[in-house]
Amino acid sequence: MALGDTSISQRPALAAQGVHKRFKIPEERSHTLKERALHPLRRSRHEDLHALKDISFAVAPGEFFGIVGRNGSGKSTLLKCLAGIYRVDQGAIWCNGRMSTFIELGVGFNPDLAAYENVALNGIMLGLSPREARARYQRVIEFAELEEFQDLKLKNYSSGMHVRLAFSVAIQVDAEILLIDEVLAVGDAAFQQKCFDVFNGMREEGRTIVFVTHDMSAVTRFCHRAMLLERGEVVSVGDPRAVADRYLELSFGRAAGYEDGGVGSARMGDGTARVSDVWLGDDPSERRSVAPQAEPLTLKALIAFNTDVVDPAVSLTLLNDQRQPVVVATTASEREQSGSFRAGERVTFAFSFHNMLAPGRYHPVLTITHRGEGLKVIDRYAGGLSFVVSGLTASGGMVEIPVETSVIRWGRAPAGEAQTAGGGR
Amino acid sequence: MSSPAHSEPLGQPIRGPRALDDSWSRFWHLAYNIARSEFKLKFFGSALGYVWQVMRPLLLFGVLYVFFVVILNVDKAPGAAGKFYGVQLLGSIVLFTFFNEAASGSVRSVVDRESLVRKIQFPRLAIPISIVLLAAFNLALNLLVVMAFALISGVRPMLSWLELPLILAMLAALTTGVAMLLSALFVRFRDIQPIWDVFSQILFYASPVIIPVEAVRKELLSQGSLGHFLYHVYTLNPLVAVFQQFRHAMVNHAVLSAGQVMGSWVALLEPLGLVAAILVLGFWYFNREAPHIAEDL
Repeated sequence: MALGDTSISQRPALAAQGVHKRFKIPEERSHTLKERALHPLRRSRHEDLHALKDISFAVAPGEFFGIVGRNGSGKSTLLKCLAGIYRVDQGAIWCNGRMSTFIELGVGFNPDLAAYENVALNGIMLGLSPREARARYQRVIEFAELEEFQDLKLKNYSSGMHVRLAFSVAIQVDAEILLIDEVLAVGDAAFQQKCFDVFNGMREEGRTIVFVTHDMSAVTRFCHRAMLLERGEVVSVGDPRAVADRYLELSFGRAAGYEDGGVGSARMGDGTARVSDVWLGDDPSERRSVAPQAEPLTLKALIAFNTDVVDPAVSLTLLNDQRQPVVVATTASEREQSGSFRAGERVTFAFSFHNMLAPGRYHPVLTITHRGEGLKVIDRYAGGLSFVVSGLTASGGMVEIPVETSVIRWGRAPAGEAQTAGGGR
Repeated sequence: MSSPAHSEPLGQPIRGPRALDDSWSRFWHLAYNIARSEFKLKFFGSALGYVWQVMRPLLLFGVLYVFFVVILNVDKAPGAAGKFYGVQLLGSIVLFTFFNEAASGSVRSVVDRESLVRKIQFPRLAIPISIVLLAAFNLALNLLVVMAFALISGVRPMLSWLELPLILAMLAALTTGVAMLLSALFVRFRDIQPIWDVFSQILFYASPVIIPVEAVRKELLSQGSLGHFLYHVYTLNPLVAVFQQFRHAMVNHAVLSAGQVMGSWVALLEPLGLVAAILVLGFWYFNREAPHIAEDL
């Protein structure tokens, strides 16, 4: 999607340029006149929180644009700036078309009023005229499937009904640009599906949607483009899948860094050789902590030999967080002879496979044993490294193997045989 | 690829929250509809509905009437308000109730609607204005009670009743200014609430509600230059002019008019100027605070 060359004929639906936003966090809150009067000369000290730093981007008309980021990355602040709820300190934001914001559903709903009043009031708040808001009531109540409860006061609604009503109001506002903040995480499965259908419909109608979320599957499912924020800065903009991967890497990468020890790091063996290092990735300097799903994965181990050894077996066991071995691989099964090694020699063993692991944390354990002598362990290394498999597919199984499914139809069983069809054929 | 390098406007600029939008109709619809639904809640919300709303000023009136008229005979004091003192008292109470409801109600209004302010872009001024409107709805109904009471008491319809819109306009302007100022101040200074509670009590006694202007005037003007100065301060209070003119034009021509209280009609420019100043100050301060109210809550 070429957005750089936004000509006059094709203005962006929404554009931000060099947006900065700072919040003042007072070190001590002087919230009263009395304090001001008692300490008239004291300057109120405050810390500056630089929530958004030089954010620039443009959203084309008809684009479904995702904004992702971890907690505190500034994505909600950005959305509020776009919506005009916060004023930006520097930079500018422009929009072309009527804009509507859903930062929270049902803002301003009054629990003591019935659906009709609330729908009208909420519509007016979202920018409709009173006449438009009232004219939409029927469609709203039908979409929310609340026809039989419309005379009930809102306080007697279940939380699900409440959300349904709020969502229905929100989507009935005919805005060309919609700003949405994680509203998909509401309602039961059936209603969620309905929401997704609505979003798809809006996408097809060519409305512009800016969508802030944590849910990477929603991003890859809906968005044309996505933008990743981290500490108030744009990390990457572009293909939603790439942005989602980057997000997972960022969020798990930091967490992985804190992990150490992990699996009972008891060292055992006769000391003929030592595993001195294990890392993820091709190069020891790389040391990745995240392995994306459905991509080649390489684990390497540096082994230093103290005495001459012939054909040792080096094996890798990958334990998941429940300490279950998910993958066991050994050089012994690959080839009978791994070679002979001299004392003082340093060797790197590599294990590569296509990553079909379920997302989660894994702990590699390396074991060196003497060839053909049962379990005579030279070294067992379990300390140090653990890594995270990032990905969007989490079916619940321990591995995510591509599975082909097919259906074979056998036609109808003749009447009478139906009861015993299973056994009869 | 996505950052526009040029800095000419790419469409409608988004300026952030303000006191007023470009669209007056949206502001008005919003303020009116918030007030309307609040009013409906009060009206239909409880079993006796509106009775309670009217009862409050009536009960206050009853207490004050028994104490000051039946026991203390204020209405029969020399040079006092005289005829229809009861109607004058009730009228003043109802007007003060409007002022107090709107002003005290507006203090917390913006902070209490935090969820709105932080989540929707809308003209911020709609919040305090809706509070003033709600009080105005109540005032309209209460005034009907006052008029009924006046007619029953024997007050004859007069041509000067046509002054009512002017009297109410001055009161509304004052109230709106105070409401804007208080609601914006409270965001910064939370002790505005107790301060205002005390201040409105003082205003109640410093306005011609119970104590007729005639009594204050007679007392202060007989005390030399200090008395004259204090009387001048007393008459600066715009509520004095409003209430007194209401008593004069609506109830009894025998009581002093606002002009007579001030000394001349030209002197009436003092409280009027004060009202204008409060209105401008209130709007200026609210407008200044509006862009960052959402962050300061």
